[in-house]
Amino acid sequence: MAYTKRHNGRKFDETREIVAKVGVIKNADGSAYYRQGDTEAYAAVYGPRQLYPSFLKDPSKGRIRCYYNMLPFSGMGDRVRPGPSRRSKEISLVTEKAFQPVINLEEFPNTVVDVFIELTQTDAGSRCAGICAASMALADAGIPMKDLVVAVSVGKVGKRLLVDLDYEEEAYEDEPVADMPIAILPRTREITLLQMDGQITKKEIMDAIKLGEKAIQKIYNIQKEALRAKFANGGRDVKRK
Amino acid sequence: MGKLLVQQKQIVVPGEVLAEGMDYLPGDGTFRDKNQIVANILGLVNLKGRLIKLIPLAGKYKPKRDDLVIGRVTDIVSKGWVVDINCAYPAMITLRDATADFIPKDADLSRYFNIGDYVIARITRVTSQNLIDLSMRGPMLKKLEGGRLIKINPTKVPRVIGKKASMINLIKEKTDCQILVGQNGLIWLNGDPKGEILAVNAILKIERESHLSGLTEEIEKFIDEGLKAI
Amino acid sequence: MSNANRTFKQHLIKNLDSNVRYDLRKKLEFRDVKVELGVVAKAEGSCKVTIGDTIVIAGTKLAIEEPYPDRPEEGSFSVNTELLPLSSPDFETGPPGIEAIEISRVVDRTLREGKAVDFKKLLIKKGEAAWIIFIDIVSINDDGNLLDAACMAALGALLNTEFPKVNKDGTIDYKTKSGKKLLVESMPLLVTVYKIGRHLFLDPIRAEEQFIDARLSVGTLEDGTICALQKGGDAPLTLEEIDQMIDIATKQAKELRKLFKGGGKGGKGKK
Repeated sequence: MAYTKRHNGRKFDETREIVAKVGVIKNADGSAYYRQGDTEAYAAVYGPRQLYPSFLKDPSKGRIRCYYNMLPFSGMGDRVRPGPSRRSKEISLVTEKAFQPVINLEEFPNTVVDVFIELTQTDAGSRCAGICAASMALADAGIPMKDLVVAVSVGKVGKRLLVDLDYEEEAYEDEPVADMPIAILPRTREITLLQMDGQITKKEIMDAIKLGEKAIQKIYNIQKEALRAKFANGGRDVKRK
Repeated sequence: MGKLLVQQKQIVVPGEVLAEGMDYLPGDGTFRDKNQIVANILGLVNLKGRLIKLIPLAGKYKPKRDDLVIGRVTDIVSKGWVVDINCAYPAMITLRDATADFIPKDADLSRYFNIGDYVIARITRVTSQNLIDLSMRGPMLKKLEGGRLIKINPTKVPRVIGKKASMINLIKEKTDCQILVGQNGLIWLNGDPKGEILAVNAILKIERESHLSGLTEEIEKFIDEGLKAI
Repeated sequence: MSNANRTFKQHLIKNLDSNVRYDLRKKLEFRDVKVELGVVAKAEGSCKVTIGDTIVIAGTKLAIEEPYPDRPEEGSFSVNTELLPLSSPDFETGPPGIEAIEISRVVDRTLREGKAVDFKKLLIKKGEAAWIIFIDIVSINDDGNLLDAACMAALGALLNTEFPKVNKDGTIDYKTKSGKKLLVESMPLLVTVYKIGRHLFLDPIRAEEQFIDARLSVGTLEDGTICALQKGGDAPLTLEEIDQMIDIATKQAKELRKLFKGGGKGGKGKK
């Protein structure tokens, strides 16, 4: 059956419902909660702080370390075994790279900023949700950065380009699927994370990113609002359909 | 023509464009990218003529010379004591700056300050290499004994202290509590249990509501009501 | 303990002498507790417990495994705790440390000996297939008393657990709920009574917890039956203290049990 309508009733350029809140983990230097549909992430930032072992220190600037982790009960299907997997290590790596160009840690040589991202629920798009949460948590920690980072997945099911695939769309069996998580800097429009699995043409890649434009703007506004809410009104949820 | 895109005291997030054109100058917490002035941190807009700077709303304490800070001794080395002052780098009390007394060679340094001890100290030097020297020689500088510690966002410390220490003196007098405020966000309190809790809650209230005006009156009312309840 | 810390502790004891806690509570007063069931859509059961600034989430995942040879007619559960580095600057990455292992073991004991789950009812086919329940507990923010929070979250997750559908070939169709809820037979809860100096008190925040001399965790059932004990901390406890601590814990557990409205045997935990 050709994919002409989304199973969840969304428009093709529409995201799931988003909820964001900043400052949810009191122990952390900065923290945030971000939920998009049934994908839910917490992020906590600790630092800049002393980096051990010492040989990892960079005398020219502070380092950022990201840890992406899916909790054992977070996914549909089997329990996720605790501890790092090849998948979580790779996502941690690309998450780190997504922040590398915006983080300004020249002021803090030899230190580290640790970013812990925990997925309590996953329904596709978990690395993007993690990045959106981490971006707010970094700003909340007062880390100097050139821009926030906004992430969303775009892609293709059958012949239709679409935004923010959920698990059911990602696993659609009747027609080929391409899933492409992207992270973007809202001010300069530069891309800091780009992955894709599936099959897609160059034109479709460009068109899919263009289709994601509205979602990116929406997520960016939610991030800004959640950050302001913490400092202006003592924190409240920012929610948008 | 340059265009200003933000207002005085507005909360901005990293990456937000504050002004366009070349008429404005980028101050602390901002940077220029071609014809834009952009926020580099989460902060409060502070406009002074053509200068746009941001007052940070969050972040670790940045050590400055002459600041009074509260720290925890984490190690004893041959040169003196390593102290965690709640910032990105450890600080150091050298033997020379530890006390007015002479410390004999081979003395047991833990008799002066032991690992886990808390001190209130003054920063005497911050080098370009981020080496931070502390001194214990001076009035008020001492090992902290008794009492309790609380931690607040270091960016809120000026509000807790108030203009010419007006806020902190108000709290001290009304609650009859000894209070020492470290610029690094650690605050030590020692008083009668109920007065002390009132002082703690007043400080946490200031931290939460630091952006509101009329805070002094608000805190005065808060403590008076609290005292009545006791 | 350093001298400064010793004197800070004496100061806390002075506060406790006048029955005032660091956050204004009385010694036997719990912080506000919030229990939310069904917070993780993809898990078979889940529960988030918030005690003041302490946040813990537990979730259950179900699997079908061959029963242990010595218990061919029973399923089982297993409890695992992760003290996430996200939740405190004191927690490190890597496999569970001794603190996390102790929580897992004590919560496991409370639920197992409290017979929260009838393992025989988890049997699918004798000697061949039975349900195993993985209960995973994680800390989101640690502001003290993780033990009690962990046990509440684990019990809440069980109360909320629903079996997925089993396909004809014996595999699990996780996407489809069977409509059959896990029957929770009893409501075992763990309450830890902490001791500093001569004072006994409940539910410490981190600022208090760092100074404790001893603690006794008491698992109890609705009728007051004790189903688990764990003494922690360096100081000893007198028999009189243990007597009091068990009473305090039993009474507090009754209060906490009210938060699981409609849970327990045959109940329909709020979803």
